[in-house]
Amino acid sequence: MVGIIHYGAGNIFSVLTTVERYGEKVTIISKPGLLKKVDRIILPGVGSFDPGMKFLIDTGLYEEIKDEIKKGKMFLGICLGMQMLFESSEEGKQKGLECIEGKVQRFPNQHGLPVPHMGWNSVNITGNSEIFNNIPDGSFFYFAHSFYPVVKNKKMVIGQTEYGIKFASCVQKDNIIGVQFHPEKSGKYGLLFIQNYLKL
Amino acid sequence: MLTKRIIPCLDVKDGKVVKGIHFENLREAGEVVTYAKYYSDEGADELVFLDISATLEKRKTVKHLVKSVASNISIPFTVGGGIKNISDIQILLENGADKVSINTQAVKKPRLIHDCAKRFGSQCIVVAIDAKKKENNKWEVYIESGKSPTGMDVLEWAKKVEDLGAGEILLTSIDADGTLAGYDIDLMKKVTERVKIPVIASGGAGSLQHIYDVLAYGNASAVLCATILHFKQITIRQIKQFLFDKKIPVRII
Repeated sequence: MVGIIHYGAGNIFSVLTTVERYGEKVTIISKPGLLKKVDRIILPGVGSFDPGMKFLIDTGLYEEIKDEIKKGKMFLGICLGMQMLFESSEEGKQKGLECIEGKVQRFPNQHGLPVPHMGWNSVNITGNSEIFNNIPDGSFFYFAHSFYPVVKNKKMVIGQTEYGIKFASCVQKDNIIGVQFHPEKSGKYGLLFIQNYLKL
Repeated sequence: MLTKRIIPCLDVKDGKVVKGIHFENLREAGEVVTYAKYYSDEGADELVFLDISATLEKRKTVKHLVKSVASNISIPFTVGGGIKNISDIQILLENGADKVSINTQAVKKPRLIHDCAKRFGSQCIVVAIDAKKKENNKWEVYIESGKSPTGMDVLEWAKKVEDLGAGEILLTSIDADGTLAGYDIDLMKKVTERVKIPVIASGGAGSLQHIYDVLAYGNASAVLCATILHFKQITIRQIKQFLFDKKIPVRII
């Protein structure tokens, strides 16, 4: 059973149907008490940092997510869901989940590139993780974001993408995985990524 | 490297595609999912569905349409047409749309852009701007499917929608639309110089060279293709190969 955390309005339907496509049962979670019962957790990326974090704190899901992660449960954060794993974000004032050391920054404008970083960009696989099984180095994934995480421990960066600067598009710390792109919207290799996650 | 996007646009009425490419060997031409899958397999980077129906049952059919597309393809898609308020947008996003495109209502009630960006994030708010050329190298914003002039300057409006929190601009040249004579490159250039958010070019594509020109010289992040795909029998694969050969970054599948 996969628990998908729903912390407000937005498209979580695509993540849900993608997971269900591989025969997994899904529970949508908006309140505490249910996370213990699922085998894996997905925190999708919709909305902005403060309302998202505030929802987790106000509902009590904040502590529960951290507890489940500490117990070793597989956790996948997508886009904003990845950013929430860090200590803080320039997008807001709330604290993050503080599961991975680092902070989230806005793309600088001086490179003359449009912000948000929107569209298909390649991911260079820089770490050795089963999450990228059968996915060629440099494959394209779909991005839609204005902020990116600066990861303190570079060993946790397992995927890198270039957009004016090189940034961490995929991180892993033991049972925690975070991706800045949207695997559920990234065609063939995105589906493979989700499939790999469900096998970890 | 971020690639330039090729985005087919499909007109939908009462849950069926009314303007799309002509399928020779498909009986159920008109089925939204068939089109969505076809374009996705051809290498479309995103899809846009423009809902042109105006029936009372509209909400229901659109909801059904969005759900079935989202369950069957795994590339992003935008839904536009007749969006009035935040609850219209919520319904579309909750049922699987990745972005919504707002045009007339954004002009009438600019706060809608701000409220939606705050609630759902900028990345899902596309503001569509229909531009008509005036004298002195200026363009005027038109609304209601290009029928009503607003007196607003396109460059000013583009900057304003960016400030309000739009994540992208879909810029259509009314003068070029449907002519197959090429995009309005000047208009694209002016708008992309003015704003930092990505701009999608629309209106006028009649050849592969036109698409190259607006990406290379107009600084468009993406092109919306309708007529050229529907009637001219140019495929997305051909467009991408052409661009690739000319060193424009594209996603080849």
